[in-house]
Order: sequence, then C-alpha cells, then structure tokens
Amino acid sequence: MISIIDYKAGNLTSVGRALKHLGVPCVITSDPRIIMSSERVIFPGVGAAGKAMEVIKSQGLDKAIHNVIAQKIPFLGICMGAQIILDKSEENNATCLGIIPGVARKFPDVGIKIPHMGWNDISIERNHPLFKDINPEAQFYFVHSYYPEPGNHENIIATTHYGITFASVIGRGNVIATQFHLEKSGRNGLRILKNFSEWNGEL
Amino acid sequence: MLSKRIIICLDVREGKTTKGVGFKGNIDIGDPVTMAGEYYEQGVDELVFYDITASSDKRDIIIDVVENVAKNIFIPFSVGGGIRTLDDMYKVLNAGAEKISVNTAAVLNPGLISEGAKIFGNQCIVLGMDAKRVEKTGNIPSGYEVWINGGRTPMDMDALDWAKKAQDLGAGEICLNSIDADGTNEGYELTLTSLITNAVSIPVIASGGAGNCEHIRDVFVEAGADAALIASMVHYGRYTVSRIKAYLAERNIPVREII
Repeated sequence: MISIIDYKAGNLTSVGRALKHLGVPCVITSDPRIIMSSERVIFPGVGAAGKAMEVIKSQGLDKAIHNVIAQKIPFLGICMGAQIILDKSEENNATCLGIIPGVARKFPDVGIKIPHMGWNDISIERNHPLFKDINPEAQFYFVHSYYPEPGNHENIIATTHYGITFASVIGRGNVIATQFHLEKSGRNGLRILKNFSEWNGEL
Repeated sequence: MLSKRIIICLDVREGKTTKGVGFKGNIDIGDPVTMAGEYYEQGVDELVFYDITASSDKRDIIIDVVENVAKNIFIPFSVGGGIRTLDDMYKVLNAGAEKISVNTAAVLNPGLISEGAKIFGNQCIVLGMDAKRVEKTGNIPSGYEVWINGGRTPMDMDALDWAKKAQDLGAGEICLNSIDADGTNEGYELTLTSLITNAVSIPVIASGGAGNCEHIRDVFVEAGADAALIASMVHYGRYTVSRIKAYLAERNIPVREII
C-alpha cells in the first residue's frame, strides 16, 4: 500500500486517481502510524511552503517523514514535495525538512512569466529506476514559482531550462522528487508513477 | 524549452457539449467525457470545461462531468462558468479539476480572486475575461471593454486595467476571449492579445476566432500568447490536435509531442 500524505492542501485526490487508474492500491492519510508502516510514501502537492510546513509540524508528519526516510521506505515528492524536503524555502522564509541539503528559490526576474506553467523537457543527468522506459524527449507538466536548488550536485537527477537551468528532479537514496506533476503529465507521468510503485528504493 | 499549449474548450450545457456562434444559437455536439478522452489521446495539452448552464441548481451536472473526466484523463483541466463562491471552487477542485476560471463573479467581487488564490494557490485561479473592441474613452483608454454574463452585459470597464488588477489580486493565468472574434473562425484578435500579454507577467491563453493552423501560429508568434484555446476547429473533425501540432512544429514553434 502507498500512503499519500494528506497535509490539507488542494489537489491530493488527483495523485490518488492516477494510482487507482494504474491499479496501484493507495490511501490518502495524515496518520503518522499508517504512513510509517506503508510500503511506499508520496508527498504530493500544491500550495505555499510556509503553510505546508505549519501543517506538517502540527500533525507530527515531520517525524513520520524522517522515520520513513530512515527506514529506507521509497519516498516520492511531487511539486511542493520536491521543495519541503530541502533545508529551507524562500517562500514564506520557511524552514523545511532538511532531507536533501539545499534551498527552494524564487524564479529570478529575467523576463520570464511566473509561474512557470505548462509542458517542458527534462535532461536526465543521472540514470534512475524511476525513468526506466521514459523517452528522453518526453515533456512534463509544470506549475510553480519556486524551484529546488540542491546544495550537492550529486542530488540532481534531472534539469529543466526556464529562464535559468534548475533541478527538476532531485534525489538521494530512497528519496526521489519531481518538480513537475506526474499525475497531470499524461502517459509519461503515469509511467513514472508506475515505476515508483515497483521501486524498492535502491539505486 | 517550454511548449506553447493547445487547449481545447468544451462548452457544457446540461451535461452535453455544445457550440455556438457569438455566444448564441448553441447546438449539442456530443458527450463531454467521451470527447475529452478522445482529445487526451490525440495529445491535447489541457482542457477547459465551461458550464454554460451556469446556474447553481444545475451545478451538480458539471461536478459529475468533472469527476468522470478526472478518472481517465491525466492532463490539467479547468472549469469555468457560474463559479461564484469559494465553496463552488472547492467543489470543482475536489472533483478533480486543476484550475477554476472566474469571470462575471470576479468582476462583481474581485475579492473572489484574492481569497481563492490564498486558499487554493495562484496557479488554481484563472481570470476568464470577455473583451470587446470599443471607442477609446476616459474609462476605457485601451479601447477594449470588459463584458460579463456570457458577453451580454457591458461594464464600462477597461480590459487592460482589469487584467493588471486581476494579476495583482493573485490570478495565476488569464484566459482572454475576444467577443468580436469568437465563433468567426477568422483568427484571434491579435491586437487585443498583444496588448494583454505585453502588460502582464502571468501566462495568457488566447481565445476566440481560431479557424485554421495559421491563426494559431499567428497568436503565438505575432501576439505572444502562451496558449491557444480552440473549439470548433476540432469539434467538427476538420483538424486533429496532432495535425495542428505538426504544423506548428514545422514552423519552429515549440509544442509537446506525444511520445
């Protein structure tokens, strides 16, 4: 069973719908006990980092997430989930979970429209089991105003160009996170979700 | 590179997709859930459903449609028409839509944009705007006036000012419809589209008037639109999404290919 962490943000149900479509059992929950005992965990989402961290802490989800990571349970962050696993975010100046060293930064004002909204490419920097059978030309759906900037280059799995080149997929061990929305990225997004549902957390 | 988006609009009336000309004379053309599935397979980048019945007592019909679309279609889609309250927004998002488009209700109550953006995030709130070319006046210096109630009521309000204000209030995107061009198949209103895309820093979807691939090219290249809304071009089978994208790709316009 995959737990989808419920932190009271919008749009949690669409990841659940995508997994259901793939025939992968899942539960949307904020119960730390369920999360810590699941086979895999997904942190989805949209919203603001400050608000997300507030809810995460008040519900004891921070401890649950750290426990999941320590237990080597495969963990997938999507969109906001790729930002709250860093040390901090420039959005609301939020202190985040510190699972991967780095900061979520706001897109600079370099004549680009913000949010970065729409379909964009990724360049895979490091092979990863999640990208098995994914065509390198595939595009994914992005909606965000902040982007992950990991402190260590080895945590960058893929990059995307939008005004600047940023890390659109980051990871470390059993943790992987995509800035784009897998649940809204058509068949390639579904394929990655399927790959996650089969991943044992090893590289 | 970020692709230019092709968005298909389905006007939904009492559970059926309809199509009209200049907001009038709608005829039923199919089941929105089936049509959405076909367009998804063809590689459309996004879908928009407009509930043109738009009365709160019929609200459940569009919620049903949204739920059924969300079960099988894994690209973003938005819902507009008759969304007046935060509760309406919540219901539509919870049923599986990615974004909500507000038009009349936002003009009458601009706080709906800021409140909605605060609760659901800016990316969820699309300002839908119907604009019509008029004489320039003190109240309408741009020469484009905002109309509401599905293009029936002029507001003596400037379209350019309203676009900027909506952005400041927290709208994440603007879907800009030209009342003059809508349903004509003669091309987008390029002057209006350029005016708005140059003035705001959020993405702009051009709407109204698409009749062929060249029109779509023009609105991307000449007017700087981020996305193009189409309807009758594909609803009657004259074009497919892949044919449109192939045309654009040949002209070096970045589009998402289905692979």
